[in-house]
Amino acid sequence: MRVETWRSWLDERLGTEAIREFLRRKEVPIHRHTIWYYFGGMTLFLFVVQVVTGALLLLYYRPSAEAAFESVQFIMTEVEFGWLIRSIHSWSANLMIATLFIHMFSAYFMKAYRPPRELTWVSGTLLLVLALAFGFSGYLLPWNKLAFFATKVGTDIAGDVPLIGPFLLRFLRGGEEVTGATLTRFFGFHVAILPGVTTIVLTLHLILVQKHGMSIPPSLEGARVRTMKFFPNFLLRDLIGWVLAIGALAALAAPFPWGLGEKADPFAPAPAGIKPEWYFLFLFQTLRLLPARVGIFEGEVVGVTLFLLGALFWMLVPFLDQPASRGWRSRFFTGLGVFIVLYIAVMTIWGYLA
Amino acid sequence: MSPWSEQRRKLLNILLGTSVGATLVAILYPILKFMIPPEVIEATQTSVVAGRVNELPPNSGKIFKFGNKPGLLVRTPTGEYKAFSAVCTHLDCIVQYRPDLRLIWCACHNGQYNLSGKNIAGPPPRPLEEYAVNIRGEEIVVSKM
Ligand code: HEM
Ligand code: FES
Repeated sequence: MRVETWRSWLDERLGTEAIREFLRRKEVPIHRHTIWYYFGGMTLFLFVVQVVTGALLLLYYRPSAEAAFESVQFIMTEVEFGWLIRSIHSWSANLMIATLFIHMFSAYFMKAYRPPRELTWVSGTLLLVLALAFGFSGYLLPWNKLAFFATKVGTDIAGDVPLIGPFLLRFLRGGEEVTGATLTRFFGFHVAILPGVTTIVLTLHLILVQKHGMSIPPSLEGARVRTMKFFPNFLLRDLIGWVLAIGALAALAAPFPWGLGEKADPFAPAPAGIKPEWYFLFLFQTLRLLPARVGIFEGEVVGVTLFLLGALFWMLVPFLDQPASRGWRSRFFTGLGVFIVLYIAVMTIWGYLA
Repeated sequence: MSPWSEQRRKLLNILLGTSVGATLVAILYPILKFMIPPEVIEATQTSVVAGRVNELPPNSGKIFKFGNKPGLLVRTPTGEYKAFSAVCTHLDCIVQYRPDLRLIWCACHNGQYNLSGKNIAGPPPRPLEEYAVNIRGEEIVVSKM
């Protein structure tokens, strides 16, 4: 059969012509901030890397307190390229969170959340929560000392959430303590529940992005903005980004294989140097700076409450930033964004040095 | 539409709505309940053999199992035995005895307790829970006070 015949055969069954038509029309604005449009696609690419390497790790990983550490050790030492797959999964997880942060803040500063894209922003903040949950649950899976204590501390902090804290703690730990039951549960979250939920939210996010097209920052609105075709021009540039990402992953994963540490022992003192992953460090450092008691409340409870309110605020930014939704420059929100970025940066560095 | 069939439509909508609602509840409720771990009733242990007499030199400590929780047995520089819960009152890490500081120390955030279990430095908000120590022959028996 000729190509043309194939094409119309497929089109009759799948409606491919509509997709081709859509791709033909989709355009990406070209201006001095265009570079930021690449980070969403980069995050998506790294997520795909996580799904692929994660599925591979599943072939050997065993989720129990008795076998988890040994199975990861087996992956690292016996399985061919096991060290590489695991190392890429770990490095790519970190890169993915980093590109996610960049993507989110660029959307924030370009005020891409203005109408009609409010729900694109909200779905994005949900994806951030899911990515953090992926990182937190994955961290425990090798069942090493650092992860064990970081999880103890992290879930204990979750226990300080007002009203539902004690419930949340039991829900996360699968009991009162961090045990094998916690590991089994985190495994279930990490490889089944989170991927499922993420797929749904991600699909929504991407559909909304396609529906509304790329936004143009208010500072450039009204000016003549050139565009390029999404297919193939922008996609090819995306592809270059992904090749660079593979390069970065290889350059990190091969010379710096992810360590494994010592097996967790629920009856051994905590080792020095317990730190959460870097993307939780600013939260953690903030908690550390709070006094043990603030008025009649425990410091931790106050801190956790503030974080939750902050997260809620962040999620609702499109509805709160009224000036931007009217098309004005909204200096207050820009300033606030700068403050938040600086705050996160300073607290993270401080947390590292402390 | 006649008023009669409008009425009928309303009724059908209510019936349909409530049965959809009830079905959802019947599906979601067991799922939610399933995800909450069952209460495990532990035989509460009130005392345990934490070690033997000649095991610990003065100015040292060890972790022992008290049921499913860790405890810390300390032999003070003067040779006295002391026992505490080893669970840090800050964020749940496991503490250890630091011979160089002659203190109980939590590595997680540098919390410090003195040899009576009182929190004296760092973030811990409360003292460690103290246990009673009795020597029975060769055995060091630790019990809840
Ligand atoms: C469907 C997707 C995924 C599957 C099936 C999966 C599976 C796994 C498995 C089996 C492990 C344990 C083996 C090991 O520790 O190396 C693991 C660890 C881990 N995962 Fe995932 N994962 C997925 C997605 C993600 C995502 C999206 C992230 C980050 C945002 C992530 C972050 C981590 C981290 C930080 C670890 C611990 C790495 C280590 O110390 O070894 N995973 N994952
Ligand atoms: S958990 Fe012990 S000092 Fe923080």
